[in-house]
Amino acid sequence: MITFFGIPLQALLGQLLLGLINGAFYAMLSLGLALIFGLLNIVNFAHGALYMMGAFCAWLMLNQLGLGYWAALAVAPVVVGLLGMIIERTMLCRLYKLDHLYGLLLTFGLALIIEGMFRQLYGISGMPYAVPKELQGGWNLGIMYLPIYRGWVVLASIVVCGGTWLVIEKTKLGSYLRAATENPTLVRAFGINVPLMVTLTFGFGVALAAFAGVMAAPIYSVNPLMGSNLIIVVFAVVVIGGMGSMAGAILTSFGLGLVEGLTKVFYPEAASTVIFVVMAVLLLIKPAGLFGKKA
Amino acid sequence: MFKTLMLGVAALALSTGMAQAEITAKKVKIGILTDLSGTYSDLAGQGTITAAQMAIDDFGGKVNGFPVELVSADHQNKADIASAIARKWYENEGVDAIAELVTTAAARAVREVAKEKGKIDLNSGAASLPLTNDWCSPTGFHWTYDNYATAVGTATAVVKQGGTSWFFLTADYAFGHDLQAQAERVVKANGGTVVGSVSHPFPNSDFSSFLLQAQSSGAKIIGLANAGQDTINAIKQAKEFGLDKGGQSLAGLLVFITDIHSLGLDTAKGMLLTTGFYWDMDDGTRAFAKRFGAKMNGKMPTMVQAGVYSQVTHYLKAVAAADTTEGIKVADKMREIPIKDFFAKNGHIRADGRMVHDMYLVQVKTPAESKGPWDYYKVIRTIPGDEAFRPLSESTCPLVKK
Repeated sequence: MITFFGIPLQALLGQLLLGLINGAFYAMLSLGLALIFGLLNIVNFAHGALYMMGAFCAWLMLNQLGLGYWAALAVAPVVVGLLGMIIERTMLCRLYKLDHLYGLLLTFGLALIIEGMFRQLYGISGMPYAVPKELQGGWNLGIMYLPIYRGWVVLASIVVCGGTWLVIEKTKLGSYLRAATENPTLVRAFGINVPLMVTLTFGFGVALAAFAGVMAAPIYSVNPLMGSNLIIVVFAVVVIGGMGSMAGAILTSFGLGLVEGLTKVFYPEAASTVIFVVMAVLLLIKPAGLFGKKA
Repeated sequence: MFKTLMLGVAALALSTGMAQAEITAKKVKIGILTDLSGTYSDLAGQGTITAAQMAIDDFGGKVNGFPVELVSADHQNKADIASAIARKWYENEGVDAIAELVTTAAARAVREVAKEKGKIDLNSGAASLPLTNDWCSPTGFHWTYDNYATAVGTATAVVKQGGTSWFFLTADYAFGHDLQAQAERVVKANGGTVVGSVSHPFPNSDFSSFLLQAQSSGAKIIGLANAGQDTINAIKQAKEFGLDKGGQSLAGLLVFITDIHSLGLDTAKGMLLTTGFYWDMDDGTRAFAKRFGAKMNGKMPTMVQAGVYSQVTHYLKAVAAADTTEGIKVADKMREIPIKDFFAKNGHIRADGRMVHDMYLVQVKTPAESKGPWDYYKVIRTIPGDEAFRPLSESTCPLVKK
């Protein structure tokens, strides 16, 4: 049997695959963050809380309305996205002229309030949510047992991330958006409703978080703090990819998923720190991140 | 009218002033120091304050004619905060005993302060064994369970049922390693083998990589030496990765009923675990659980919450018998009087502060067996107290005479 540093090749390949799957999760979350930062210049610390709301939305729909996973996948992003738009219209829009720090403080405060409310209502232990019937079971790949649901996560992530990237980078709407962030006054002069576009963009970024939340519900514990555990890692991903670069966020997510996966095999104790080590080293060499433009 | 009002206010001010002037000997003050907002707030938290208040009310609200007062605070699972609150309570606010104390860091911090002041600390939520060994104190007690009791009960039973080869998923901090060590000892002592283990970061949400390692180890049993969200995530994902289909089973070394509630029976069914209390065992436990549930939105008490009721009641009994709140005298009485309530049928306190009582090996019901929310356990075996807890002969507590 072929081995690498005492680990059989088969096991190693399995672990790499798992790393990619985790990368798919990071990609969905970091994409929304990068979008909101790149186009709106807001460091959205409430992203984790909104991801959690997506998962809870799925749970509430199942238990209060009897609507299952697929309905939640469609409805939760819309509901949470609308909430995001309300937040943008009533609070965030007042901060655009101020330093980034104010947006960060506001969203951080919102995250604490949202998480506190859910903790008060539902406690800390979390809620059960099963894998949908159609996606139960798994395939034996020879190198590992791959649950169908994880395969679905990767597929959905690639479609969502690729689609978003195409829209922003390759379509007319996307070019308006990018122009509006470069020079809002000029774009307005062409008769384009910039504030509305900004609101919709924020709403879409938030909807991505909620979508990831629904995707996470069947495999991770659905609890009020599920977002705050993940958000720091996702921020590190965005920073490494280059703040605001969407392609950077997506590629870095998959790359770091792999790095984390390998760490879990060779030195599991460091699995939660390795991403931050990468971040620190990279920022020393390339302060703008892998794909970031120099300020 | 105004005059009467003023008079009333003055009288009130006077009476509270007088009450404050009285020393602790004329009232008994108990503090619940717990996690009210963090990871452990469901298994301990508000429910322990409710349980303590129920214990005080059931005792009649008075000890030998003096009123019993309850205060509470959130230690946020931080040792420094716990220690500062304990100091303030014992020194300035006349608190005679601090109870609950989930999480080892906070428990140890309070233990140090209590020992220094000669005051009582009653532990229900923290798990670590050193509380009754290296850190033991003449006025410190450990009530509900510890790592030894939960790990030993489960591991012994699992090995005897044929689960002879083990792989551990261990939370990478003192608690996790301690839990693994306790279970490993028992597995080996009963003729089983440990084929491997992996330490995962704490906290950790994705267990797929570690589960894959466990899967390829070929062990029959995957021992979960972790707690709370880590355990929940590991169990949820183990089912997803089909570990059960490959003939492997999970053994939770520290699982609370709130974890099962969060997982749902479909995911948790069949699992073996050891608990210090289950609400649906007899009329006594059911009566308590019903009253508790009425105050707690239908939730059933965890072992930690039921343990707080038992420890507060026993403390008040000891104060009544000793007729003082002086720490060391009350502690002596507590060791003298046996414990007989719905929580502990035949409990007693040892020299090291360990309250010895029966533990229960339970199996999680299938959805078909359960009649509804919180109907989760079948009691497989009652583990007698002397077998459940680490024997005094192995104790490292200096108070134990050998």
